[in-house]
Amino acid sequence: MILMKDIYKKYPNGVTALNGVSLNIEEGEFVYIVGPSGAGKSTFVKLIYREEKPTKGSIVINDSNLSDLKEKEVPFLRRKIGVIFQDFKLLSRLTVYENVAYALEVIGENPKNIRTLVMDVLELVGLKNKSRFIPDELSGGEQQRVSIARAIVNRPKIVIADEPTGNLDPDTSWEIMRIFEEINSRGTTIMMATHNKEIVNTIKKRVIAIEGGRIVRDQDRGDYGYES
Amino acid sequence: MAMKVRSLQRHLREGVKNVFRNGWMSVASIAAVTVTLILVGVFLAVMLNLNQMADNIEEDVEISVHIDRTAEETQIRELGKQLEEIDKVDTVIFSSKDDELEKLIDSMGEEGQAWELFEQDNPLNHAFTVRAKNPDDTVPIAAEIESLDYVDDVIYGKDVVERLFEFNKYARTIGLVLIIGLVFTAIFLISNTIKLTIMARSKEIGIMKLVGATNGFIRWPFFIEGMLLGIFGSLLPIILILVGYYYVDTKLSSQITFNFVELLPFNPFAWQLSLLIVSIGAFIGVWGSVMSVRKFLKV
Repeated sequence: MILMKDIYKKYPNGVTALNGVSLNIEEGEFVYIVGPSGAGKSTFVKLIYREEKPTKGSIVINDSNLSDLKEKEVPFLRRKIGVIFQDFKLLSRLTVYENVAYALEVIGENPKNIRTLVMDVLELVGLKNKSRFIPDELSGGEQQRVSIARAIVNRPKIVIADEPTGNLDPDTSWEIMRIFEEINSRGTTIMMATHNKEIVNTIKKRVIAIEGGRIVRDQDRGDYGYES
Repeated sequence: MAMKVRSLQRHLREGVKNVFRNGWMSVASIAAVTVTLILVGVFLAVMLNLNQMADNIEEDVEISVHIDRTAEETQIRELGKQLEEIDKVDTVIFSSKDDELEKLIDSMGEEGQAWELFEQDNPLNHAFTVRAKNPDDTVPIAAEIESLDYVDDVIYGKDVVERLFEFNKYARTIGLVLIIGLVFTAIFLISNTIKLTIMARSKEIGIMKLVGATNGFIRWPFFIEGMLLGIFGSLLPIILILVGYYYVDTKLSSQITFNFVELLPFNPFAWQLSLLIVSIGAFIGVWGSVMSVRKFLKV
């Protein structure tokens, strides 16, 4: 499903974020990406939905090689991947409902189905009664849940989350993990970059530890930690 | 540009919503369009009318060549030939002194009837009516005719014609330059205003792209938004032009009665001008917003 081979990423300012990363993530897996700040977790995540391009190496997602991807095809790649951002990236002038519906409008979903799909997913994340609010009227946890709803509403095969619990209190974090497990159980591949030790150690999944731009550990049902 | 009707509906709705979501920025853009279009509208109304008057005058300019009473028929024919041979002369029409009298009586209206007494003993000359191919050449042609034999008098309203032609030439050029300058200033102003609203939304556009929106999908609502701003901005100018022109056309033209000061009729002119104004408005709006959004789509 996600296949990376010898990925190097060097930024124009000289910083080397990834230094030869190879991995394979199968369909339906749930993977934690752990590592210290600046280890390259975010770069790793951004490569997958093509916000960044690798300096060297190949990435294959759903049998399509991102190196061959034309600029015009990028939107279509992104539609297959639901991305949950640490800073939510919600459209601040749109309501909760409109934010989630946007992801469906983009793919040309029939307007007749949009309402049902949006309300269903808002129910899943527990925001059905706040559909008319704008993001600023919501708490951080609620905004994160809107961002999750938007990422999963068009049923992507892959969901990528970049520190989804980074700004949230423990209770809300567990709530969000419950949602991730729920969508993972439906067959969605989930890749989550995180700093949250408690979550990783409690909900046991495959753990990929990155440090200094390299994978230092790749372990099924692993614990949090990156010192090799 | 194959687009589903459904998508078009969505973009229309989104474009309308954006106008309202932007609140005061939309008001500012609309105000900029309004001010510009009022100026452009007034200029166009004045210029098109001046143009029309100039055309009327030009069409009316003919040289009346009075033939010497002593001229024989063959000499008259000879003169006619010479007139036709002059460069830049379009038509030469002979008009006997009886025709001339008839024209005079017609042009005087009621009072002309008094002149009918002269039908018995016509004091007028035979004449040639000469028209230049290009009315601008009237003056040199008249000068050339004056030097020919058997020409008694050449009449073409010398001073009036000369001055009017000068005036028209300058008025047209200046008007055109002013209008073009004004429209470009307007486009610049409006694209800047819209750019400001889009600048504030550059983050939004970034997010839309991350969620998988194509450039076209992002651009369409902006296109429609710009068009709406332009159209809204043209409403007040159109109302002002319709009301103002109606007033000038009905009230003023009845007071000023020079035969060449005849305004273009309210219907259809004012409507055509309105259509032009709304088109310019829509063009300015679309141009401004599409140009501004382009920059942010390249990210």
